[in-house]
Amino acid sequence: MAVQDIAKVEPELKDVSRLAARGVTVGYGGRAVIDDLDVVIPPGVITTIIGPNGCGKSTLLRTLSRLLKPTKGTVVLDGEDIVKLKTKTVAKKLGLLPQAPVAPEGLTVADLVARGRHPHQTWLQQWSSDDAAVVERALAMTGVSDLADRPVDALSGGQRQRVWISMTLAQGTDLLLLDEPTTYLDLAHAIDVIDLVDDLHESGCTVVMVLHDLNLATRYSDNLIVMRAGSILAQGHPRDVITAELLHEAFGLRARVIDDPVSGRPLIVPIGRTHSENSENSDQQNLG
Amino acid sequence: MSETAAKRTAAPGVRLGFASFVWRPWMVSVTLLLAAATFLVFCLSIGVGDFPIGLPQVVATIFGRGERVDEFVIMDLRMPRALAGLIVGIALGVSGAITQSIARNPLASPDILGITGGASAMAVFLVTVSGGVAAAIVGSVGLSAAALAGGLGTGLLVYFLAWRRGIEGLRLILIGVSVSAVMEAITVWLLVTADIRDVARSQAWLIGSLDNRSWGEVWTALWCTLALMAIVAYAAFHLGPMHFGDEVAAGLGVPYARVRAVLLLCAVLLAGVAVSAAGPVPFVALVAPQVALRLTRCPAPPLVASGLVGALLLIGADLVARTALPISLPVGVVTAAIGGPFLVYLLVRANLKKS
Ligand SMILES: Nc1ncnc2c1ncn2[C@@H]1O[C@H](COP(=O)(O)OP(=O)(O)OP(=O)(O)O)[C@@H](O)[C@H]1O
Ligand SMILES: [Mg+2]
Repeated sequence: MAVQDIAKVEPELKDVSRLAARGVTVGYGGRAVIDDLDVVIPPGVITTIIGPNGCGKSTLLRTLSRLLKPTKGTVVLDGEDIVKLKTKTVAKKLGLLPQAPVAPEGLTVADLVARGRHPHQTWLQQWSSDDAAVVERALAMTGVSDLADRPVDALSGGQRQRVWISMTLAQGTDLLLLDEPTTYLDLAHAIDVIDLVDDLHESGCTVVMVLHDLNLATRYSDNLIVMRAGSILAQGHPRDVITAELLHEAFGLRARVIDDPVSGRPLIVPIGRTHSENSENSDQQNLG
Repeated sequence: MSETAAKRTAAPGVRLGFASFVWRPWMVSVTLLLAAATFLVFCLSIGVGDFPIGLPQVVATIFGRGERVDEFVIMDLRMPRALAGLIVGIALGVSGAITQSIARNPLASPDILGITGGASAMAVFLVTVSGGVAAAIVGSVGLSAAALAGGLGTGLLVYFLAWRRGIEGLRLILIGVSVSAVMEAITVWLLVTADIRDVARSQAWLIGSLDNRSWGEVWTALWCTLALMAIVAYAAFHLGPMHFGDEVAAGLGVPYARVRAVLLLCAVLLAGVAVSAAGPVPFVALVAPQVALRLTRCPAPPLVASGLVGALLLIGADLVARTALPISLPVGVVTAAIGGPFLVYLLVRANLKKS
């Protein structure tokens, strides 16, 4: 989606958006991590949350998925206060992949992915042919069909990550919240996973994810949320949001922002200490 | 009857009327075998005694086609003991499977968590401090009720001490072990200060034994266990996702706090029922789920198989206790002899995995 499209969507966003937080304050044991935050998740696009460690990205995702109850404010899912919805209702609309999930030892990949069907099952209907078909598709989409009979704890970190994503897909929701889906992945596999996320988005899913790789974030998302210390510094299309100043403000990172020759989007080139002299000069030249 | 998936990657399902379940042939076969083995040991246990009865007669009598003499010996004298073993074994096995599943730790069984310890302390308290008087007034039902209350109280105590925005396995176990030690200290202190006759009474009960069970006690234990199992069976539907921890479970639509509270309460009550029926028989609740898990090759303790292994262990141990040596021992001695080394094995294995 181009910048202009976003701008067109913006005014009606509040009506079409399926997920939004209004003035939420949320934290752990009385200590607020996020204070009075407003955010609207635009439908049908990839929203990526970026920000330094501990700034509250996971906390925001947990709040949006009803894992944490805000002490103030509300999260609205499809027009209803999410706290008032049943856990199961939420699980049928919204799939969540937490940051570091663990599986019991010895559980096979197929069994783990099959758990994604839980929200659609009842005591008597614990497994239907529908379930089997959806699970097969989820396994195939993430490319882990060949691993189906292997125990999850015997996989590499990257394979495991795909299996978990596969479980979230098996849930069959068109709203996906993914907390760092590319941890443990090498660059090629990370791109694979993000491409997969992109495909899901193409097929109509709304995705909210947390990424630490800023360049992947700018490349693949149409909406960036930049956080620092529990509040949102900036939100919008990467082209409008990503500037050297903002990166410095959010991360304390000195970087140059250039045009990505492949996607035409901003590309972040960190400067770092070792190369400061050179880069500083060229920076100067560039600015001047 | 079985409607299999197109490809082999996802588990096939099985449809029974309007219900459908995942089809796991290995687990079902192992569970059926365990049930058969339990029935066999159950009959063997009935046959053994001063007046030995052959296996065929025992089976015939159980199904109501035995001779009068056998029927008297079996139904009036031996059945209560065997049934008590069956019920207590199942209750302990299921209770351990629940606690181990929820704590996600193989060491989290009612004996390690102090529940059996608390039940014993309360029962001994009733026998000793409040004297023969109270015990005489309330009778054996009172003793059971006291054990149940003690187990429940200790379970709640451990739960609240271990609760810090959720339950974490290791903290639960450490607190359980400490509370367990305190309960044991209380029991010892009660015994030291008590009248010598009360001590003898308590001691016989404390080791865990199936001697002198009456039909009354068996019925109480049976109904309590059945009621609790019904609740467990209902709530266990959510147990699968809970093996992934709270976050994933909630993401999959499981009201995890409620499910956990209900299941843990049932586990504590099941252990309490077992203790009140047979005393604190050690280690069955720890060992049975772990054996069942290895036999069925499940990633987490399977409830039904754990109960069956528990019964098999308890009745088998009782059989050994009565026949292996010239003198008959309480069943708790045998289960302790099996369970001690098993606990060491689990600890060594946990350590190996960490290093
Ligand atoms: N379960 C918890 N209990 C108490 N405090 C927590 C908990 N989880 C997170 N916090 C605190 O809340 C703050 C925000 O944490 P959060 O996990 O949201 O950060 P994050 O942005 O996701 O960081 P990261 O990039 O490292 O994943 C941190 O200061 C953290 O210490
Ligand atoms: Mg995080």
